[in-house]
Amino acid sequence: MTPVKRKGRNPFVKWAGDTGWRHLVAWAALIFGLVPIVYVVSAAFNPNGTLSSTSLLPTSFSLNNFEKLFTDDNVPFASWFANSLMIAVPAAFISIFISSLAAYAFSRFRFKGRRPMLLFLLLIQMFPAFLAVVALYLIFGSIGEFYPVAGLNTKLGLMLVYMGGALGVSTWLMKGFFDTIPKELDEAATIDGASHAQIFFGMILPLAAPIIAISGILAFVGTMNDFILASLFLTDRPEMTLAVGLKTLTAENSPASYFGIFAAGTLLTSILTVAVFMSLQRYIVSGLTGGAVKG
Amino acid sequence: MLDQRAQGSVNAAGLIIKIAVLAVVAALAVWAALPLIAAGAWWGLALEAAVVAVVFYVYLQRRAIQLKYLVPGTLLLIAFQILPVVLTIGTSFSNYGDGHRVDKESATEAIIAAGVQQTPDGATYLLAVGESASGELTLLLTDQADGSTWAGTEEGLTELDGATVDATGRVTAAPGYTVWTLADLNERQGELAELAVPTGPETGIKVQGLSAFEGRSTRSYDEACDCITDTATNTVWYADNETGTFLTEDGQAALVGWRVNIGAGNYLDVITDPEIRGPFLGVFAWNVMFAAGSVLFTFAIGLGTAMALNRPGMRGTKVYRAFMILPYAMPSFAMLLVWAQMFNRDFGLINELFNLNVNWYGGTWSARAMVLIANTWLGWPYMFLISLGALQALPSDSLEAAKIDGATGVTAFRKITLPLLLIALTPLLISSFAFNFNNFNAIELLSGGNPFMAGDAVGGTDLLITYAFRQAFGSSSADYGFASAISVFIFLIVATISAVMFRFTRNQEDVYS
Repeated sequence: MTPVKRKGRNPFVKWAGDTGWRHLVAWAALIFGLVPIVYVVSAAFNPNGTLSSTSLLPTSFSLNNFEKLFTDDNVPFASWFANSLMIAVPAAFISIFISSLAAYAFSRFRFKGRRPMLLFLLLIQMFPAFLAVVALYLIFGSIGEFYPVAGLNTKLGLMLVYMGGALGVSTWLMKGFFDTIPKELDEAATIDGASHAQIFFGMILPLAAPIIAISGILAFVGTMNDFILASLFLTDRPEMTLAVGLKTLTAENSPASYFGIFAAGTLLTSILTVAVFMSLQRYIVSGLTGGAVKG
Repeated sequence: MLDQRAQGSVNAAGLIIKIAVLAVVAALAVWAALPLIAAGAWWGLALEAAVVAVVFYVYLQRRAIQLKYLVPGTLLLIAFQILPVVLTIGTSFSNYGDGHRVDKESATEAIIAAGVQQTPDGATYLLAVGESASGELTLLLTDQADGSTWAGTEEGLTELDGATVDATGRVTAAPGYTVWTLADLNERQGELAELAVPTGPETGIKVQGLSAFEGRSTRSYDEACDCITDTATNTVWYADNETGTFLTEDGQAALVGWRVNIGAGNYLDVITDPEIRGPFLGVFAWNVMFAAGSVLFTFAIGLGTAMALNRPGMRGTKVYRAFMILPYAMPSFAMLLVWAQMFNRDFGLINELFNLNVNWYGGTWSARAMVLIANTWLGWPYMFLISLGALQALPSDSLEAAKIDGATGVTAFRKITLPLLLIALTPLLISSFAFNFNNFNAIELLSGGNPFMAGDAVGGTDLLITYAFRQAFGSSSADYGFASAISVFIFLIVATISAVMFRFTRNQEDVYS
């Protein structure tokens, strides 16, 4: 970047005051934003794999770390990855589906108790699932006594918690969007003989695709990033999720040479999330201004 | 409002789907009922039957259609959101935690079992020690007579399935337990000395070195005086039903107590106990600082870049934008761990790049600066996105008018753009504050609460939520009651913040229509 001079020739000053500073700010922000990412890439391809031998820009190239990710017995990365997907994808799908049902009821029907229920939903979703972590632990301890498939240390149990946790937020998000779909459409469909189920599945859901996409992504990413519940629920090494598993590879718990493997794992994980974000970029801004915070 | 008459026209496909779904519900109900019947849990069975009845009723009736859409969510919400919240509030009024895990009867049995003396005919066991995920000490025993494996806690003995044993028969791994190594066993022998597993009214299992034996106790419980007497040492423990402990006459507590309701005790401790109040207020102040600082810095950088890129016809904006979303799209847990490594004193990137030698985790303020820097990195792309969205939605006529009136650059921004933006973005800034107020991941994965000053239970970067979590699941003794009280406290704060937010946004919502 050319340094901005206060005194110079007129066209340059004009450019600097008009557009030049914009590029300068953008570059500064980009450098701040990209340094850690470049660092991860550099660490992932660093043949040595230690923190001390990693510099910002890669000095040599090797796929050693990626290979270890799948061959080292101590690093069951593939099962971590599979676990995370097996928990996050169904949890996101089911909770979004159930939320969309509730959002439809709140948006299209007027019934007794509607307003208190909506307010209650708003209140309860402010109590994040992890605040009740002690209680969840006790609940799933006793569920496990009767139904071992859904107790502690099972994927199904964790999935149920995530499903419950995403419900309040997505219902609110989707209700807001459903409200913007004109009710005249419903009325027209009713006159044509459509039942409420046909209106919902055949008309509302397809029209609400953007908000469903954004709520789904937020629920998915929130689940992928959760550490507190997953670390309590899944303690066996091959059963862990990516968040819990990758943490065990960082310096505090592992030899220094695992840093490269950790970086490689991070990179592979981010391919997934980055792809999801980039492909749905155009929905994201509208969804975010609708009031969603990435969890 | 939907026309009720429309429900008359039920089509065939819909009917088939409905029957199929209800059949699945019925099948699930039968599956779920079997273990309840086997265990004789009749209350559970009644509850399940009631839930199934409600589901069937709702989907077979035709009046209240909204219920058909609300029932699945409501059930899920009750089970995994409302019930945990209610239980948390309940626990916050109790002394539940290490030393107070069980009911009075089990506590009595455990104390009696601790007085066990070996008898010639008693069984002997090979000993391994495991910790359940909640940190409860468990004896993992192998019966030397037949090699069967057992798990013993102060509540009693249960059969242990799926354990891995070594050549001698000693348990080396068991599902759900972290098994201690020999080194652990040596180091923490003391914790085992008082642990005993009751097996009958006056019998129990006690640890002795690397094995355990079953024997008869010299202690017995007397209902008349509500006390336990040890005939060998002539000690008498009297039950104190208010605190849930057995006390000797000179005030010595027996190691195992029971769970009682202690009213607002956990809350009062925060206010009255200076040992808790001091650190608690410190954590609270930093927590507010952390949340406010995160919002301020992320918003400043996000808005700055959004202003810079908000110019029609500027070259490269699309590319800039795509790259700026990148930190937001990266998995945040992993990037937090990367930042933690970047602040490593000896090999970390930050010290290397700026030629520093700062021990970031060592001092309270350097650690705080570190978590704020990393959290700002994670959060600013979000602020950039929403600021850019809001900037582009600003009414252009007010900006034009300002320009004509001679307001340029800074003045126009301060007097026109910023106020307009804040109106649109305040709810999002508040929810970002609420989110960061509870940002467990940021602290846990970056600093783990460090630095800890000698003897302090509270770290320099601890938030209330990480503090509460450590009270419940940390390495020191678990205090679920106190941790739950902090959770409730956090909830009250966040609810207050959100109530404010709700006043801001309610005009836009349809709640009142």
